[in-house]
Amino acid sequence: MTTAERAGADDSASAGAESEAKARSAASDLASGSQRPQRKKRLTPTQRERAFQAAMYVLAALAVLAVALAADWPTIQRNFFQVDVIRDMFPELVIIAAKNTAIYTTLSFVLGFVLALGLALMRMSTVAPFRAFAMIYIELFRGLPALVTLILIGFGLPIAFDGFRLGSTLVRGSVGLAIVAGAYMAETIRAGVEAVPRGQTEAARSLGMSRNRTMFTIVLPQAFRIIIPPLTNELVLLIKDTSLFFVLGTTPESKELTKFARDFMVSSRNATPLTVVAIAYLVITLPLTYVVRRMERNAGKSR
Amino acid sequence: MDSQQAIEVKDLHKYFGDLEVLKGIDFQVGHGEVVCVIGPSGSGKSTLLRCINRLEESTSGTILIEGEDITDPDADVDLLRTRIGMVFQQFNLFPHLTVLRNLTVGQTKVLKRSKAEAAEIADEMLARVGLSEKREEYPIRLSGGQQQRVAIARSLCMKPDMMLFDEPTSALDPELVGEVLEVMRSLADEGMTMMVVTHEMGFASEVADRVVFMDEGVVVEEGPPAEVLKDPQTERAQQFLKMIDHA
Ligand SMILES: Nc1ncnc2c1ncn2[C@@H]1O[C@H](COP(=O)(O)OP(=O)(O)OP(=O)(O)O)[C@@H](O)[C@H]1O
Ligand SMILES: [Mg+2]
Repeated sequence: MTTAERAGADDSASAGAESEAKARSAASDLASGSQRPQRKKRLTPTQRERAFQAAMYVLAALAVLAVALAADWPTIQRNFFQVDVIRDMFPELVIIAAKNTAIYTTLSFVLGFVLALGLALMRMSTVAPFRAFAMIYIELFRGLPALVTLILIGFGLPIAFDGFRLGSTLVRGSVGLAIVAGAYMAETIRAGVEAVPRGQTEAARSLGMSRNRTMFTIVLPQAFRIIIPPLTNELVLLIKDTSLFFVLGTTPESKELTKFARDFMVSSRNATPLTVVAIAYLVITLPLTYVVRRMERNAGKSR
Repeated sequence: MDSQQAIEVKDLHKYFGDLEVLKGIDFQVGHGEVVCVIGPSGSGKSTLLRCINRLEESTSGTILIEGEDITDPDADVDLLRTRIGMVFQQFNLFPHLTVLRNLTVGQTKVLKRSKAEAAEIADEMLARVGLSEKREEYPIRLSGGQQQRVAIARSLCMKPDMMLFDEPTSALDPELVGEVLEVMRSLADEGMTMMVVTHEMGFASEVADRVVFMDEGVVVEEGPPAEVLKDPQTERAQQFLKMIDHA
């Protein structure tokens, strides 16, 4: 699930190719149409396209109508939008659930970022064992479901090693997610570093800066500008991944949004908490994805 | 040690994989001397220059800077590079730093000068290249000629013993070439030791003390500009200069 989403995140390029292909076939339609002017009865390609579009609109309208008629609105309202339940969810929704989601996300992100930076530097190191380690790490944790890693950190290691009982849910969960996010962000950071022109390194080195000094003073600051959008995407994914914390078991104070909603659904015998939490997630993630899209558009323009 | 040269290259060879790019280069640059290196594309001019500050590692041979062998694996490359300024065809200013920071970053991080001292030297060098008013700008807001002048100032801030230029005007619009050459000429007049790879024959003939013509990884001809540029002895140099003239 998470992996698929992450793969989808870098996929916008293929959408472009698709629409290009459409445009090309439309162009060839036009060409073949103009070659046979004698067949008057047939619609022109433009007319055909319009007719098709109109048909699709009708179809869509019918579908909406069908759903509207068929749906049992009172039941839906009672189960998904019950005002009493919504009211009962406050203030815990904000002061516990949303707050915890934010804390877990922040902690995982910060830990993951530090880890990613270390991994990316190792991945680009001149020391072969460092490179090998980073590569294995990255492939391993990008290949495993985040849930498996969380269970490993939360239960697997504590069962195996007595000394490995990492304190609270917060710590265990965040470490687990950071381990996963670190693998993804390491590749992002590396891509950013490689996008900085070689001439920058050469200029810095020719001023007498050491390799490390060059990396930290000249290359990384430029790389970070390049990778702010993909890193923000990673943050959005992390927000959603904190919902996996439920596997670690929670106390009433440590619930994040999803677990909070689940428990509230049980106690209220109603699905409304899910709606509320869905909206809460969107309130957090939509602005972020919007910002990313704007940054990407601006970056595209300045090139 | 009166005879000691600023740069002394002996039997320098450089391979990229199986490709031999420098095939035994011998030449010197004296203190305060300006040497222009000319030659066709791919002849190894950049590679030679980059070997001198070890942006490329030479395969064999020796390079002495002020008599010190810098091809020695134990040589302190970073220290060496602070003594050799390098100016690139593509300027390579740091786009995330202001002009001032471009000029101070090497001074404070490498030479450990104080911020105030670094800024003072930066201002002095900026004035020298005529760009004091661009102090707080970001490089992207400067013209190519201005960027290259800042790049020269950035190197000068390190107070190098010598300067290497790799086609410093080749990426510039023709009308911006003059301002950069002017700065280089004034540097030469002040006695800076300079090694300049260039296609600007006018500059070479007026400013250079010596011209080195390279082709296919060897020094084919060298001597005062009046000889090498006006009266080349080898056929390859004659052909090359004829081609440049007609361009
Ligand atoms: N990093 C590299 N790896 C492999 N081959 C290289 C590398 N750098 C340069 N070469 C090759 O070495 C040869 C000499 O290159 P060099 O850049 O020194 O020539 P140049 O005289 O500076 O040419 P130009 O006038 O085009 O700048 C060329 O054939 C080039 O393709
Ligand atoms: Mg070159």
